[in-house]
Amino acid sequence: MKLKTSLASWALVAGCTLSGAALAAAPTPEMISFACAGCHGTNGGSAGLTMPSLANQSKSAIVDAMKKFKSGDRPSSIMGRLAKGYTDADFVAMGDFFSKQKFHATTQSLDPAKVKKGADLQEANCSRCHLDEGKDGKDDTPVMASQWLEYLKMQAALYDSGKRKMPKDMADKWNKLSKEDREALLHFFASVK
Amino acid sequence: MTLDRRSFIKVLGSASGLALAGCATQGSGPAVSAGSAAEIMPKTTRRVVVVGGGYGGTIAAKYVRMLDKSIEVVLIEANDHFVSCPFSNLYLGGILPSLDPLTIKYDKLAANHGIKFLQAMVTGIDATAHTVVTTKGTLKYDRLIVSPGIDFRTEEIEGYNDQTPELMPHAWKAGPQTVLLRKQLEAMKDGGAFVISIPLSPFRCPPGPYERTSMVAQYLKHHKPKSKLIVVDANPAIASKGPLFSAAWDKHYKGIIDYRKASKVTAINAGNKSVIIEGIDEVKGDVVNLIPPQRAAKIAQHAGLVGPDKRWCPIVADTFESTLQKGIHVIGDASIAGAMPKSGYSANSEAKVCAQNVVNLMNGKPIVAMSGINTCYSYVTTDEAISVAAVYTSKDGKIIAVPNSGGVSPKDFSLAKTEATFAKSWLNNILTEMSS
Repeated sequence: MKLKTSLASWALVAGCTLSGAALAAAPTPEMISFACAGCHGTNGGSAGLTMPSLANQSKSAIVDAMKKFKSGDRPSSIMGRLAKGYTDADFVAMGDFFSKQKFHATTQSLDPAKVKKGADLQEANCSRCHLDEGKDGKDDTPVMASQWLEYLKMQAALYDSGKRKMPKDMADKWNKLSKEDREALLHFFASVK
Repeated sequence: MTLDRRSFIKVLGSASGLALAGCATQGSGPAVSAGSAAEIMPKTTRRVVVVGGGYGGTIAAKYVRMLDKSIEVVLIEANDHFVSCPFSNLYLGGILPSLDPLTIKYDKLAANHGIKFLQAMVTGIDATAHTVVTTKGTLKYDRLIVSPGIDFRTEEIEGYNDQTPELMPHAWKAGPQTVLLRKQLEAMKDGGAFVISIPLSPFRCPPGPYERTSMVAQYLKHHKPKSKLIVVDANPAIASKGPLFSAAWDKHYKGIIDYRKASKVTAINAGNKSVIIEGIDEVKGDVVNLIPPQRAAKIAQHAGLVGPDKRWCPIVADTFESTLQKGIHVIGDASIAGAMPKSGYSANSEAKVCAQNVVNLMNGKPIVAMSGINTCYSYVTTDEAISVAAVYTSKDGKIIAVPNSGGVSPKDFSLAKTEATFAKSWLNNILTEMSS
């Protein structure tokens, strides 16, 4: 019996080694990031409505968002629970992967009058950080262009309730805008292709 | 085992035999047709064949092509469409008016990625000869990815026969069975009894039966309030998101749901439309949703992919290659994927891990350690849902959940309305990923 047990455990060890577990290379950015696509779309191009696109997102914005989800600084439902499964190096791998993906243009039903109003407002209020009509991010400023309106609305509601903290520069501008102006900005950024 | 398989293929070659379910969406009726021995699509380049066009197979086919366009991919599926099990409980509960939003086709996926789609039933696999036998002919492969879904261990229920799924639908493969169960629920009189029988774990979609309980209960509450919902669960307790489901039932469906744990159905009495618990207690229903215990689909059993438990397919953690048959990879519900549950999102995530390492193996590159995710939402009312999420990695050849991560929704249901909208986006994105 003793011999059998010891043989069995040896077989188990050998099996593990042969299985490649010991030989496997560390997960690549693709290995880590592909798993996100079930919710965020293939290569981070979301099909909507509340899931943000990650494709072409600023690398530091992704790293920053994941760290905040993990610490709880940014409110979430499942993102915080998932972020706890990754290291800072994993976040960098995700940022690396998604920032290199092709921009995902969306087609949404938006209010043209709000889009126009938002276009005028963004120039004075947002364009210093959300560069090129929100197509480009500065440092950890996220890319806003073509994000789904539903997602943008949810984030705006989190900001307005104080649950998600705004950077000071943003709060200075955002808090002075009327409800209508804020909504117009969201329509504008959602419209940018 | 090899002999068995070969003789099995021979039987099919001689134009008789029982066809095996080689797909995730297999209907309830037993399809009888023969495999054909003639080779179709002669192999001219490196080829991966994928069996099954569900949550796992579509993604495996797509990602192999995304990662290496020089590898030919043939996706074999018995049907020309796929109906998602996730969200089918909402149809059952009357929240979704049809199964159309849960149905995908394969044409866009095939065109976008240059996948060769073959609508055929897989009737045999010869691991030694690297050959798949289908109802339309045989195909050669370099590597085979099998995502075949589940089969039912109906032999463990005394009295179960070919007519039972009509009398007591399982509705555990979305499609005609789901429609049948919905019709029976609609036709049930107010004051009737609806019985759900839940098998012992592991089975496809651990929270699925409890979401179904919630959805049927909300239908009864609003449309047939004098009715009862009797849940006979073979498990010692609710198998997934237990405290959340219990709290939701207490809050919304008190007096409707009669939940009975550790109540294993061992027999049925068709004449009485009843199930028998442990050979003793008889529970009678006006509608009976009998979900039998499960194992890997028949094709996995016949291809020698099922392990000593005679139920599921053991695999190597990082590659999902069968530990029993070289060159064949098993993903989705049929596989023993360690800590990963038998869910649609798991299958999606496993398919990507598998695809990457299949491509690495074919290109002589090192295997990459797996990293995977499961996210799963369950509706508890018409507009509230709860979730479970986890991240997976491999350790010492086993797939484990990353410690101190993952978990379920907050106990106070403070996010339940938000999560219901997230669930819809989940479905939208995952079905879009599978079909384009």
